[in-house]
Amino acid sequence: MNLTLKVWRQRNPSEKGGFKTYKISGISADMSFLEMLDVLNEDLSDKGEDPVHFDHDCREGICGMCSLYINGQPHGPHQTTTCQLHMRSFKDGDTITIEPWRANAFPIVKDLVVDRSSFDRIIQSGGYVSVNTGGVPDANEIPIPKVIADESFDAATCIGCGACVAACKNASAMLFVSAKISQLALLPQGKVEKRERAEKMVAQMDKEGFGACTNTGACSAECPKEIKLSNIARMNREYFSASLSTENV
Amino acid sequence: MKLDSKIPSGPLAEKWTKHKFNVKLVNPANKRKYEIIVVGTGLAGASAAASLAELGYNVKAFCFQDSPRRAHSIAAQGGINAAKNYQNDGDSVFRLFYDTIKGGDYRSREGNVFRLAEVSVNIIDQCVAQGVPFAREYGGLLANRSFGGAQVSRTFYARGQTGQQLLLGAYSALSRQVANGKVKLYPRTEMMDVVVVDGKARGIITRNLITGAIESHSAHAVLLCTGGYGNVFFLSTNAMGSNVTAAWRAHKKGAFFSNPCYTQIHPTCIPVSGDHQSKLTLMSESLRNDGRVWVPKTQEMAEKLRKKEIAPKDIKEEERDYYLETKYPSFGNLVPRDVASRNAKYVCDEGRGVNETGEAVFLDFRDAIKRDGEDAVRGKYGNLFDMYQQITGENPYQTPMKIYPAVHYTMGGLWVDYNLMTSVPGLYALGEANFSDHGANRLGASALMQGLADGYFVAPYTVGDYLANLPYEKIAEDHPEFKKAEDDVKARVKQLLTINGDKTVDHFHKKLGKIMWNHCGMARNAAGLTKAKEMIRSLKEEFWSNVKVLGTGEELNLSLEKAHRVADFLELGELMIDDALHRNESCGGHFRDEYQTPEGEALRDDENFAYVAAWEYQGDGKDEVLHKEELVFENVKLTQRSYK
Ligand SMILES: Cc1cc2nc3c(=O)[nH]c(=O)nc-3n(C[C@H](O)[C@H](O)[C@H](O)COP(=O)(O)OP(=O)(O)OC[C@H]3O[C@@H](n4cnc5c(N)ncnc54)[C@H](O)[C@@H]3O)c2cc1C
Ligand code: SF4
Ligand code: FES
Repeated sequence: MNLTLKVWRQRNPSEKGGFKTYKISGISADMSFLEMLDVLNEDLSDKGEDPVHFDHDCREGICGMCSLYINGQPHGPHQTTTCQLHMRSFKDGDTITIEPWRANAFPIVKDLVVDRSSFDRIIQSGGYVSVNTGGVPDANEIPIPKVIADESFDAATCIGCGACVAACKNASAMLFVSAKISQLALLPQGKVEKRERAEKMVAQMDKEGFGACTNTGACSAECPKEIKLSNIARMNREYFSASLSTENV
Repeated sequence: MKLDSKIPSGPLAEKWTKHKFNVKLVNPANKRKYEIIVVGTGLAGASAAASLAELGYNVKAFCFQDSPRRAHSIAAQGGINAAKNYQNDGDSVFRLFYDTIKGGDYRSREGNVFRLAEVSVNIIDQCVAQGVPFAREYGGLLANRSFGGAQVSRTFYARGQTGQQLLLGAYSALSRQVANGKVKLYPRTEMMDVVVVDGKARGIITRNLITGAIESHSAHAVLLCTGGYGNVFFLSTNAMGSNVTAAWRAHKKGAFFSNPCYTQIHPTCIPVSGDHQSKLTLMSESLRNDGRVWVPKTQEMAEKLRKKEIAPKDIKEEERDYYLETKYPSFGNLVPRDVASRNAKYVCDEGRGVNETGEAVFLDFRDAIKRDGEDAVRGKYGNLFDMYQQITGENPYQTPMKIYPAVHYTMGGLWVDYNLMTSVPGLYALGEANFSDHGANRLGASALMQGLADGYFVAPYTVGDYLANLPYEKIAEDHPEFKKAEDDVKARVKQLLTINGDKTVDHFHKKLGKIMWNHCGMARNAAGLTKAKEMIRSLKEEFWSNVKVLGTGEELNLSLEKAHRVADFLELGELMIDDALHRNESCGGHFRDEYQTPEGEALRDDENFAYVAAWEYQGDGKDEVLHKEELVFENVKLTQRSYK
């Protein structure tokens, strides 16, 4: 197929960016979206132009490194990661607009690459169970009902891609933060610290400049791992019970 | 130089306990005076960095991705082994040890492998304590499955995302230490060189991938946890950024490289669909528990399939060749990876491949769906089936999957002793980056186990033993050795940017990949290897005179990053060829056409080749020198591996 690409180009964080239009041909339906961009980049390199920079690594939909806002949707038209999007989802003659994630807490690094280290700092603020290596009980001494384990698992599958933030008009990180809080709050291992954890992670989220929840569910609708909105409700519960209990002290 | 593996003396089962008692300890108050560099934040690196920081050392952790959570370990699907014997099916530390040694075709060290099996049980406890959501039974206890050539159910799993969940566990422990101020993170930073002062590793040189800044980092010890080098084949199941650069630069600074030719070709991957392909996707081999592998009995039938004149369902039962079940009645579809891969190659070489390229076999779930129902199959493999459909556009509930072997894992790596120290004092290698535990073939679900064993339970002891003898003073970062290494790196960046030829980096990478796959892949022979060596040499020459790297060194520059990596792959490729050529036997993943049994199985030569090959770098373009570490087997008897 032949396509027209409108791609956001920006040399560095301080320079002003803008769209550039490229024509590309000979794209097969079996290619992944990123392989299509590989073809574009080989063309550009051959012509001596700087290739389009974008993040990616596993190309299997699991590392969360790829991003891209495609035709107004994070990760494009399907509820999957960009690396798992295939060109059979487009048709000959299409124009495709490709932008980076847009959020104050995700500053642009170059072209389509953004800085998501704010997510790491949120996890550092409390997204863990405080255990050291060694000296822990036998794994089967902590039985966990399968339904609870499965629910925790559903939340744990978040890949930290940031599509939820990109999808939200307030650029809120609630879905990402709530997924981690839920995963740990549901498990006996994580229960002990659940209030403190919620408090610290929410505080860090605010500090990073993420917006407030719009309650529209755009995040969950675009999340490639189908993280549920119910996690946000659980997080709010944990958070409010945390603030109540500290007031009581 | 004689290689000393430093395996403790005494009975196998007591070696590690005894060693832990004998290692020197660093006083808790003094630990904060030591700085440790950990390169890589996959399972090995994240677990080591977190555990060392918990002990009180100051740690700097580096990775090239934007976050430590994205290390390639995240992609592991199937599971992690541990000798818990929760299923009461006869598993034990000794059995896991035995299976791993045998699976590795008797080319690994008894002492290391036993320790691996021994600490495997601690890993599961640790991960559960961190909140890793392993699969559970209705009673609330942990579930297991059998995996990749094992006859007991000892594999713990988290749906098809085991690596992700284990890595997120290790990443959370790491994040906690970042918050505690004990670990400083350096994401989007690539290690470019190791700095050796007075024979000891004392730091590294890095390139900040965003700004291009070349920087020196001094430390008391350096741990390389930088993963495997499967991308030397261009197409593999590894992540796009996986590379050999860190290990290779260490090799050039004196660390021996072991068994580079031992590569694992995984039998169940989605076949190549065209020239545009940038990577191959693994379908977890847990699928072989329920899927049946087959091709048509005749070439004619396969030809019709390839031309799409008939569909798989048109082929009658008696016209199907379930070749693994027939050839290996006791293991059937669950034979080890090397055996399954090689047999897929054989049937395709016979003209019985089932897709347009002729390089694919069926993995069929028809019978499992009939037996257990579609829902049960969906429950076990749903996400894998979805992924398959995404990529191929075919529905595996209705038509059999097509699979073909692809490069997946590298058993070779930096030579390390029992303490995981390389031949350069103070320089360690953990995880897939070392050569240590899998011999000539790795069993499924054993890499995650090894990475976490090295990081959580081995390095924290053995690194302390080394540091206990080292003065607290750090080498200054303006020491001439650091300066020199920085200058070398800068010169190389400049060189790559000024060649200004007319072929892209990928052009060279693809060419190298083809040479390696055709001549040093699933089967090798002396003639092909000799030819390949010449081809790589001239490709390398062409690279350094005709590669085109655009942009500058002072910005995010993906082609420059790739150029560095491909330059190192070109050198590694040649060493792999030398290693494959010198090993005049077949073992595990290294299959030499000239050395096979009448049934076409790998024919080892224990008398002449029961050793670890450790290669020493001699300088640009010079052949490397081979050192041999003889393998001593006191607890297992070397037999012809049989899975009949
Ligand atoms: C698709 C797939 C599925 C798998 N499934 C399983 C399974 O089910 N069970 C199993 O046991 N094994 C499995 N494996 C193998 C296993 O995942 C790997 O062997 C293991 O995760 C490697 O871990 P590691 O910590 O050694 O390295 P990695 O996880 O590869 O991490 C390497 C780290 O080093 C960093 N790095 C590399 N080079 C540099 C450099 N020059 N400078 C700075 N940083 C650098 C990277 O940023 C990264 O952080 C699978 C592998 C693949 C490819
Ligand atoms: S919640 Fe979903 S969209 Fe958000 S980071 Fe996690 S996986 Fe990505
Ligand atoms: S590249 Fe890893 S999720 Fe897309």
